[in-house]
Amino acid sequence: MDYEVVIGLEVHAQMRTATKIFCSCSTSFGDEPNRNTCPVCTGQPGALPVLNRRVVEFAIRAGLATGCRINSGNVFARKNYFYPDLPKGYQISQYELPVCEHGHLDIDAGEGETRRVGITRIHMEEDAGKLVHPDDRSGVSYVDYNRACVPLLEIVSEPDMRSAAEAVAYLKALRDIVMYLGICDGNMEEGSFRCDANVSIRPRGQEAFGTRTELKNMNSFRNVQRAVEFEVERQIDVVESGGAVVQETRLWDVDKGITVTMRGKEEAHDYRYFPDPDLLPVVIDDAWIDAVRRSLPELPRARCGRFMATYGLAADAAGILTGSRALADYYEAAVERFSRPVPVANWMISELLRHLNDDNIGIEDCPVTPDGLGSLLKLVDDGTISGKIAKKIFAAMYRERRNDPGAMVEARGLRQLADGGELEGIVDTVLAEHPAEADSYRGGNRKVFGFLVGQVMRRTKGTANPGMANDILRARLEG
Amino acid sequence: MPEKFPADLTTLRRRLLTREVTSTMVTRALLERIAVLDERLGAYLLVDGEGALAGAAAADERLDAGTPAGPLDGIPLALKDILSTRGRRTTCGSRMLEHFVPAYDATVVERLHAAGAVVLGKLNMDEFAMGSSTENSAFKPTRNPWAPDRVPGGSSGGSAAAVAAGLCAAALGSDTGGSIRQPASFCGVVGMKPTYGRVSRYGLVAFASSLDQLGPVTRTVSDAALLLGVMAGHDPRDSTSVNTPVPDYVAALGLPLEGLAIGVPREYFIDGMEDDVRQAVQAAIDFCAGRGARVEEVSLPHTEYAVAAYYLIATAEASSNLARYDGVKYGLRESGGENLLDMYLDTRSQGFGPEVKRRIMLGTYALSAGYYDAYYRKAQQVRTLVSRDFARVFERVDLLMAPVTPTVAFRLGEKIDDPLQMYLNDILTIPVNLAGLPAISVPCGFSAAGLPVGLQIIGRPFAEETILAAARCYEEAHDWVERRPEL
Repeated sequence: MDYEVVIGLEVHAQMRTATKIFCSCSTSFGDEPNRNTCPVCTGQPGALPVLNRRVVEFAIRAGLATGCRINSGNVFARKNYFYPDLPKGYQISQYELPVCEHGHLDIDAGEGETRRVGITRIHMEEDAGKLVHPDDRSGVSYVDYNRACVPLLEIVSEPDMRSAAEAVAYLKALRDIVMYLGICDGNMEEGSFRCDANVSIRPRGQEAFGTRTELKNMNSFRNVQRAVEFEVERQIDVVESGGAVVQETRLWDVDKGITVTMRGKEEAHDYRYFPDPDLLPVVIDDAWIDAVRRSLPELPRARCGRFMATYGLAADAAGILTGSRALADYYEAAVERFSRPVPVANWMISELLRHLNDDNIGIEDCPVTPDGLGSLLKLVDDGTISGKIAKKIFAAMYRERRNDPGAMVEARGLRQLADGGELEGIVDTVLAEHPAEADSYRGGNRKVFGFLVGQVMRRTKGTANPGMANDILRARLEG
Repeated sequence: MPEKFPADLTTLRRRLLTREVTSTMVTRALLERIAVLDERLGAYLLVDGEGALAGAAAADERLDAGTPAGPLDGIPLALKDILSTRGRRTTCGSRMLEHFVPAYDATVVERLHAAGAVVLGKLNMDEFAMGSSTENSAFKPTRNPWAPDRVPGGSSGGSAAAVAAGLCAAALGSDTGGSIRQPASFCGVVGMKPTYGRVSRYGLVAFASSLDQLGPVTRTVSDAALLLGVMAGHDPRDSTSVNTPVPDYVAALGLPLEGLAIGVPREYFIDGMEDDVRQAVQAAIDFCAGRGARVEEVSLPHTEYAVAAYYLIATAEASSNLARYDGVKYGLRESGGENLLDMYLDTRSQGFGPEVKRRIMLGTYALSAGYYDAYYRKAQQVRTLVSRDFARVFERVDLLMAPVTPTVAFRLGEKIDDPLQMYLNDILTIPVNLAGLPAISVPCGFSAAGLPVGLQIIGRPFAEETILAAARCYEEAHDWVERRPEL
C-alpha cells in the first residue's frame, strides 16, 4: 500500500537574552556548574519569578516573522511534574493563552515548489537544569542549574510536513529565521535549537490521521532526517504486519540508528496546568507590536529574493548566500568593495565556503575579510593576476590571516606576465627545448598543446596571461 | 510573671528614643522572659539571643548618637517561621525544613532590619501555614496564653501567643485564609491582613500564592499602623506587589468614626455562633453607631460557597508550591531506597505531616485532567462572585464589621481529628482572602470563660487607613488592651 507521511514539529529555541526569563542571572553557556544561579532559578522557598521583558519582545519578533497573530492577553501557566533538573517541581510555561498563534512558514519542497507549513502557536517558557552522571560507578548524579530558567520559545507546527526532507527544510528555514532575528544562536549541538517530531502514517487518500509517535533526542538536521525516516519505515512495518502503531514517546538512538520506546501513553504525565498565581497576565499592546515590527531585520526568504533580483544570482547561489545572516552580510560587504556580484558569489561559494567547511568554522571566524576578498577579485578583474593565481593568493590569505592581496602578489612576484615580447621569447625557448612535442603537434597531435602551455606556465611560475600564452604558442606552431 | 518593660511597640519606641530604656535592656528582659515562659507556651521555634543582643547593641549606639535607623530602631520583634531569614533556620513548622538555613532574607525582613528592628527569633506555626490551631506544627503545639488548655489559633499561632504573652513587642504573621486574624482574635491581640499586593511576598514561603499576605500582629492598633508602614510598599522582586504609595498609617489614626457607613453582613452571623462572640461583636458595632457611624445590614450572598472554593484554590496552589520539596536541593532527603522515585516518595512521606499531605492530595485532584473545569475553574468563578459581593456592598458602605470566628479559642485536640470542623473555623475570614481585601481583628471583649473575642473590620482594597482609624477609635474607648493574661 502507498502511505502518506504526516509530520509535525515542536521546536525549542533558547533565547539569546543576557539574563534569564524570571531572574537576573546570566544565561551564558559552559560556565562552572551552578555559578549562574540565585534563589529564584534554584526554586528556594519563598523566591518569586519576575518576567524578563526582553523575552516577550523576542517572542513578538518570532511571531511577526512567521506571520502569527500576537495575542494581547498572555498568561503564564505552571506545568507540574517532578524531575531533579526542575527546581520548583513545575515549569513556568504558557498553556491556554500563548503569545503567538496561527502563523506559517514557507519552505522549499523541491523542484521550485514551496509548501506552507502552519505554525500552531509560539509560547514562552523556562528551560530546566541539566543532570550530570559521572562515569565513575559511584551511583551519584549531579545537577547543574545554570540552564534552569533560561528563556525558551516553543514553536509548534501544524502536522503539515509530508516527508523527512520537508521536516528538515522546515527546521532549516525556522533556524535561519530565529538566527536572522538575533533571538537564538541556532546551535543544535549545544541544544539551543532542538526539536521533537510527531510522526504518523496513513494510507494515501485517507483524511484521518494515523496514530502518532513523538520522537525525541535528535540534535542535528541529519539525525532528524534519519530518525524520521526510520520511524516511518518502522510504522509501515508495524501496519503491514497487521499491527497497530501505539501512541508513545520514542527516543532516537543515534548509535544504533533506531528509535526506542521511552514512555507509553499510560505513563504520559498529567501536567495539571493552571495559571501561575505568581505572575500577572502580560498585556501586549499594538504600540509594542509596531515598535518590534519596525525593528525586524530583512528575513531570509526576502533577502534571497532580493539577491536574485538585485545581484542577478541564480536561486541556488542566492539560497546558499542567505543561509545565514552573517554570510549574507559578508557577501554584501564584499560586493560593496568589488561591484561584480556574480563573480563574488561564485568565489564565495566555490572557494571561501570550501575552506570554511574544511576547517569546520563559521563565516564569523573567516580570516579573510569581505574587503580582502573584494580586493583580490579586483586584481583578477584588472588583469593583475589570473584566476588560477588568485586561488593561490586566496589560500595564502586564509592561511596567513592577511587581507592585503596586492602586496602579497608583488612580494611573491606573481603579477601576471602580459608583455607580448617577453612571452614570445619564453614560447620560443620552450619550443626549442621540446622539438619532438612541437613536431608531434604539427603532425596533427593536438593533445600535446596542453603540455606545451604547461611548460610556458612553469617557466613563468604561472604568471603568464593564459590567453596570450595560448595565442602566441598557437601562432608559432601553426604559422 | 509581670513584664519588666510592659510596653506596646508605640510606647517602647518613645521610651527608646528618649533613652529612658535601652534596646539592650529590653531585649535582655524579653530573652529572659522567653526563657522562663516559653517552655510551657511553645511560641518560639528559634530564639536567636546572640543575634538579638548584637542587633540591640548596634541600635543603642545609633539611638545614643541620635541617628536612629528607622521607626523600629531597637525594637525587639519576632517573625513567623514562614519568612526566609538569611543564616537563620526557617522551618515553616515542617520536618521537611527542620534544618534548612536560607541563603537570603525575605523583603519584609530586609525592611525590618533597615528600620532598625531587633529580631528575637522565629515563631511556631501550623506546618506550611496549613491549619487553624498551630497543632499542625511538626515540632510542638503552642498554647493560648489566656488558657493553657486552649489553642492560640493558627496558622500564625506562635505570633499571636508571643505578642499576647509579652514575649516580643510585636510579630509578623501571614494570612492565607485567616491565619493572622483568627489567632489574633483567639489571643486578644491585634492582627491585620493587608490588601493582597500591599506587602511583598518575596521570601514568604508560599502556601497559596494568590491568597498569602503578610501582616502585623501587635498589641494595639497604633502598633499595627506603625509596623505595617514599615512592611508595606512595592517590591520589584514580587510581580504581585502593587506599586502604589504607602500612606502614613499612623497619621491616619486620628480619623473619626463619625460619618462612616458600616455594613454588617448578615451571612456572617451564622448558626452555631457562640452567644458571647455575637454579643461582644454586636456591642462593638453599637458603639460605632453611638459615635456617629451609620450602621446598616448588608448581604454577601455567596459567602456560603467561599470555604469550598477556598479549599480548592488554596490546595491546588499548594500542591504545586510544595512540589519543590523533593529532597534534591535542600531540606530533608530520605534516600534509603533504590532510585529517584523512592527518594521522592520517602522524602515527601516522611517530611510532610498529615494535614499537608491531605491538602496536596486535594489540590492535585482538583487540577487533574478531567476535573480541572469542575473544581479549579469553578472555584475561580465562585471567587469572582465572592469578590463582586464585596465590591457591591462597598459601593454603599465604607467598612464591614463582623466576628472573626464563630467561637472563642477551642481546646487542644478538640478539632484536630476533624478537618472539616477545623476548616469551618475560617468561614468568616476566608472570603476576605478570596477577594484580596484588607481586614483587621481587634479585641472586643471576653467570653464568660475569660477568653478573648475579636472584631473583624473589613475595608475596600488599599483602605487600610480607614480600617486602622476605625479600629483605633474603638480601641481607645475600651480597656481590652490593658488586660493581660496571667502567666
